[in-house]
Amino acid sequence: MDAIVVEGLRKRYGDVQALDGVSFSVREGEIFGLLGPNGAGKSTTVRVLVTLTHPDEGRAVVAGHDVAREANAVRRTIGYIPQESGVDRYGTGRENLMLQGRVQGMHGRELRARVDELLELVGIADAADRVVQGYSGGMKRRLDIALGLVHRPRVLFLDEPTTGLDPEARVALWAEVARLAERETLTILLTTHYLEEADELADRLAIVSSGHVVVEGTPAGLKAELRGDAVTVELVDGQVDDARRVLAGADAPVEATLADGRTLVSRVADGGHAVPRIIAALGGAGIAVASVSVSRPSLDDVYLHYTGRDFATEDSGS
Amino acid sequence: MTAARHTVFMVQRQARNLMREPIWIALLLIQPMVWLILYGQLFKNVTRLGGFGTTSYVTFLAPAIVVMNSFFGATWSGMAMVADLDRKFVERFLATPASRLSLVLSQIVRSALTAGLQALVILVVALALGVHVHTGALGWLVVVVVGMLVNSAFAGISQGLALLTRREATMITLANFIGLPLLFLSSTLLAQRQMPHWMRVAADFNPVNWGVKAARAVVLPGTDWSSVGVHLGYLVALCVVTAAFANWTFRAYRRSL
Repeated sequence: MDAIVVEGLRKRYGDVQALDGVSFSVREGEIFGLLGPNGAGKSTTVRVLVTLTHPDEGRAVVAGHDVAREANAVRRTIGYIPQESGVDRYGTGRENLMLQGRVQGMHGRELRARVDELLELVGIADAADRVVQGYSGGMKRRLDIALGLVHRPRVLFLDEPTTGLDPEARVALWAEVARLAERETLTILLTTHYLEEADELADRLAIVSSGHVVVEGTPAGLKAELRGDAVTVELVDGQVDDARRVLAGADAPVEATLADGRTLVSRVADGGHAVPRIIAALGGAGIAVASVSVSRPSLDDVYLHYTGRDFATEDSGS
Repeated sequence: MTAARHTVFMVQRQARNLMREPIWIALLLIQPMVWLILYGQLFKNVTRLGGFGTTSYVTFLAPAIVVMNSFFGATWSGMAMVADLDRKFVERFLATPASRLSLVLSQIVRSALTAGLQALVILVVALALGVHVHTGALGWLVVVVVGMLVNSAFAGISQGLALLTRREATMITLANFIGLPLLFLSSTLLAQRQMPHWMRVAADFNPVNWGVKAARAVVLPGTDWSSVGVHLGYLVALCVVTAAFANWTFRAYRRSL
């Protein structure tokens, strides 16, 4: 059975079409990634799935319940760990967890035991009775995660779980999420604008761009579909149009031109053999080359391939 | 039932957080005393004008200070809602089965409980200053209840504006805009008989004055219980209306997400 089914979601805020027909489905027990730059519609999609936002059109079912018609049933089944924490900074970690559990209908010894268990699980038991204001960024994020898990949800939504964390804390959190997914037998939907995060964590993922899903698949499968290697050529001057023609003639057709106006990406069957050929061809045409690099397909390339845009540039530009 | 239970949980959370603020508690207790002592001294001789129902100005003033303090406190009560909205605290609970009503109601109840506590402090200080509550224990209860009702009534408006605008600046503007005008359009500081005619008429439509009339009637001799009952009734009705307004604005906020 599918844990999440999303069909044709549309949502407009004023002049902005935040969602423009988002469709995908998530199987029970998997970690599913929604990958895309800021502003692509990932968070809005999650907000529809956790019943915060009403879509203008389309349908979504979470754990067998329609998010519009059976909102409260959905709310009992899901855990939501939002991008911005929403924790009560003036309360202690334990108080936050107790309140969250109570509104989910838990009480007494069962709730107290569950809260103790979670404080241990996410590693903030020592700080449980301290006011959250004094927590570090990583500790707050761990508390957020515990808050989403109190009532033993079946589906967990993690919106940008590692944004704002330093690289070390990020890697630690990845391990944590993978461990939780295992231990709590959860279906997890996570959004991220870090390609390596999706690559590391997600069993399957969907790339979201401009309010719709451009491609859906496993990270390995998506990369395998891009046969061959990416060759990135950086020119000294911006003779992009000439270079395109030359590269096409050298059996290395250009797939994309990056926003800096002097970097081209070509896809070739074998990077090692192509590089001398490319350099020779460009040199013969009088085009100066600053650098050439070869890379095996990465999610970056997958993104580039399906959207025609460079991920890093698009992400920082929005 | 769920709404009531969840309201209790949410009020507990706010109360616990406030208890961690010793400065807040100190100001909460000192502020009403300052009103009472400052105004009590400033206008001490005004009772000679007549129409005050007592020659002791502090006796005339004490129940009205309860109302004034409750009213002032209420105009700021939306600040906590704006903070909870800003910090996404409210959103976190919207993704749970938490009662929607409880998220608004708890703010009003918290505000009213604070006002009730301050009312008690004022009455104790007034007692020390020689104020005699004519109707005894029942009178004390009425004064505290009036304080809580006046507070709830205006807290509902403040919460509604907080939800509509989601900006602290609006709360500050509201507090300034209605604070002093409604105070001076009431018999808080002066006997209604000493007010110009048009102000006396306007005061009859001022909820602050309803509270002052009810609270003062049980403190001074010659209590007219039917008037007390009527004014309490007005205040209860107003509380229901403004709480409904706050709840309506919360629905509008949720639809805007």
